[in-house]
Amino acid sequence: MLRLILALFLVVVPAAAWAVQPDEILKDPKLETRARDISTELRCLVCQNQSIDDSDAPLARDLRIIVRERLQAGDSDTEVRDYLVRRYGDFILLRPPFKTGTLLLWLTPAAVLLLGAGALLLLARRRREPESAVELTEVERQQIAAIVGKAPGEKR
Amino acid sequence: MIVEIGHYALVLALALAIVQGVLPLVGALRHDGPLMAMARPAAVLQFLLIGLSFAALTYAYVVSDFSLVNVFENSHSAKPMIYKISGVWGNHEGSMLLWVLILALFGAMVAIFARSMPEDLRALVLAVQSWIAAAFLLFVLFTSNPFARIAVPPLEGRDLNPLLQDPGLAIHPPLLYVGYVGFSITFSFAAAALISGRIDSAWARYVRPWTLIAWIFLTLGIAMGSYWAYYTLGWGGFWFWDPVENASLMPWLAGTALLHSAAVMEKRDALKIWTIFLAILAFSLSLLGTFLVRSGVLTSVHAFATDPQRGVFILIILIAFIGGSLALFALRASALKPGGIFAPVSREGALVLNNLLLTTSCATVFVGTLYPLALEAVTGEKISVGAPFFNLTFGPLFIPIVLAMPIGQMLAWKRGDLLGAAQRLTLAAAIGGVGALALYAMRGGSVVAPLLCGLALYCIVGAFVEVASRIAGRGVPASVMFARARGLPRSSWGTAFAHAGVGLTLFGLAATQWGVERIVTAKVGEPIEVGPYQVVIRSIEPRTGSNYREWVAHSSVLSGGREVAQINPSRRNFAARQTMRTEAGIVTLGLGQIYMNMADQHDGGAVDVRLYWKPYVALIWIGGLVMSLGGLLSLADRRLRIGIAKRAKVRTPVRASPQPAE
Repeated sequence: MLRLILALFLVVVPAAAWAVQPDEILKDPKLETRARDISTELRCLVCQNQSIDDSDAPLARDLRIIVRERLQAGDSDTEVRDYLVRRYGDFILLRPPFKTGTLLLWLTPAAVLLLGAGALLLLARRRREPESAVELTEVERQQIAAIVGKAPGEKR
Repeated sequence: MIVEIGHYALVLALALAIVQGVLPLVGALRHDGPLMAMARPAAVLQFLLIGLSFAALTYAYVVSDFSLVNVFENSHSAKPMIYKISGVWGNHEGSMLLWVLILALFGAMVAIFARSMPEDLRALVLAVQSWIAAAFLLFVLFTSNPFARIAVPPLEGRDLNPLLQDPGLAIHPPLLYVGYVGFSITFSFAAAALISGRIDSAWARYVRPWTLIAWIFLTLGIAMGSYWAYYTLGWGGFWFWDPVENASLMPWLAGTALLHSAAVMEKRDALKIWTIFLAILAFSLSLLGTFLVRSGVLTSVHAFATDPQRGVFILIILIAFIGGSLALFALRASALKPGGIFAPVSREGALVLNNLLLTTSCATVFVGTLYPLALEAVTGEKISVGAPFFNLTFGPLFIPIVLAMPIGQMLAWKRGDLLGAAQRLTLAAAIGGVGALALYAMRGGSVVAPLLCGLALYCIVGAFVEVASRIAGRGVPASVMFARARGLPRSSWGTAFAHAGVGLTLFGLAATQWGVERIVTAKVGEPIEVGPYQVVIRSIEPRTGSNYREWVAHSSVLSGGREVAQINPSRRNFAARQTMRTEAGIVTLGLGQIYMNMADQHDGGAVDVRLYWKPYVALIWIGGLVMSLGGLLSLADRRLRIGIAKRAKVRTPVRASPQPAE
């Protein structure tokens, strides 16, 4: 069913419609701000990576109006989002929910940072140890002294 | 005929590329002089052949030769000349031809300008570069041939997508491609170093100018693309975390990391393995970007599956080059000895931190871009990863980078003095703090924007503290200071400007929070308040352009009742494709901009208008320009100048104040 709707919208070329139109805006500025905030995190399902707040596709307009209707009906922000997720799935959320399927997505930045930092610490520690391992032999000491031109043991 | 010559030149270039990929390589491995020596003329000739081919396609566009499928599908005889020419790369086939042209351009530049390099290294670099060229020439000729003919040529073309009929198309793709594809040469350098086994600070010195060139152009290309999106797409957004944008951001992040780690390798012979890895990574990400943009995989995994020919071809190229280079890397990396040692608190340490954070942010963009594709391919589940995800993850990673940038500039090589660095940055931090407080007092609202602006100020001032301390001193006459300023290595100035550019961009980004938006139905002559200004529509009139008709709203921007500027947004109707496009009206006032867009007229003559006041918004792109300027200054440093082995002249006797050893 959803696929059918999507296909329909894809065929209908957006007329000269427009992201958020004056007639959509709610009278109550608080509600309107909430509506805008919610809209920026919802995907326009037929667009290439646009939020419904930015898109001028007819579907985006319908979704914006749904968001406002739900808010006027007294829904909380989460209830509005849940309502839309029930209808369209997680695909509509531009900020993917934190769940098993997206675990890897959300944890990667932290994991890369921690692994990288850990590897650096390990490298730094490993590098420090063998540094002082080789002592000069007496012969080498004398050779250096001969080159530098001072007797061994002599202070500068 | 001319078109056939172009087509033939392309085939010839492929043959030459294969020869250039094999003989110099054999020559370098056998220490055979004549074989190695053929690399240079071959690289130049290859560029000339592809250039000829590109010129032939351009000619077909200029004369509107609709017997070519490519011209028929993407051009129109009534199109203005600038879009006929830029239309050459405004489509898949043409843009791939531009891709290989730039690939060959870099090969030719190395052949001509890199005189001081050892013969065998150059032969290897040009051979590897030529493998890439051969692979992509094959791709163009077999899957995306721009020279395909139509048996019965139509009389008129289908025109270029109106969204692309913009000066932006003439500038953005060439800049971006020079950057993007420019990393191919650092890749070739890395592969050459791995093949020859000689990986040292001299290598880092040879490769750095090329990395810089690619980086400068990529920075400009991204900034330009972002401004283009800003003024075209109609609501003033400038960065959408779209996969296509991310595809260019990832090589930029890796390339920025590469520039910094190459500096360590050059100066201290350390981080060698890592630098080579980054050189491979930067171009691998460019290849990945090409795959994402050119295979159709982005529109949907299914679109890719229905017409997989091109995608699979690029995927094979991708796997061959990335896999091959990484295998070579694995083979050789273990033999590399770690170079110079350094304390954690040192210039090297700071650059390592920079690399850690930049690579992490690069990985974040990578995962965010590819995760939805991978998840859908594996489980069939569809999710979206959009701006909110990236703002939440990428944002926090960039704050420590900006915080650490001035400190890193202040630390000495080998062992630095963190407390001393912090002390020298007191002024910068104070300016940042005072600035943040002042902005908060002036504008109120959330504390995030003032804090980020304060951070930006700290970064801008901090960028110049190190340079300033080497120039200025108590009781030093101005003439001496000027002479010192001139005597400083250009790369020091480059660092300062590039870092300041990051600060400027950050300031502009943070200031978007103070933007004002008005969405209203306006009547002619009725003033609309937007931020500190008013906008009045004086009249709405029709106008005819070369291949479109438009309605223009002639409007005035008022400040205190006085007209300060005129702004003329319009709606264009392109007949050939029956499409509308809105042209935003933009006026720059100080560093801010008024952005105006209109919709269709209502019956009563009123019109729906979107108006924005965006304070400091210009800083976002000015920052990008300043970053590139920094890169350019660095490139002009005589120690890096391409092809000059010895110092140009004895250093000027003017001594800067004492500096930690480099």
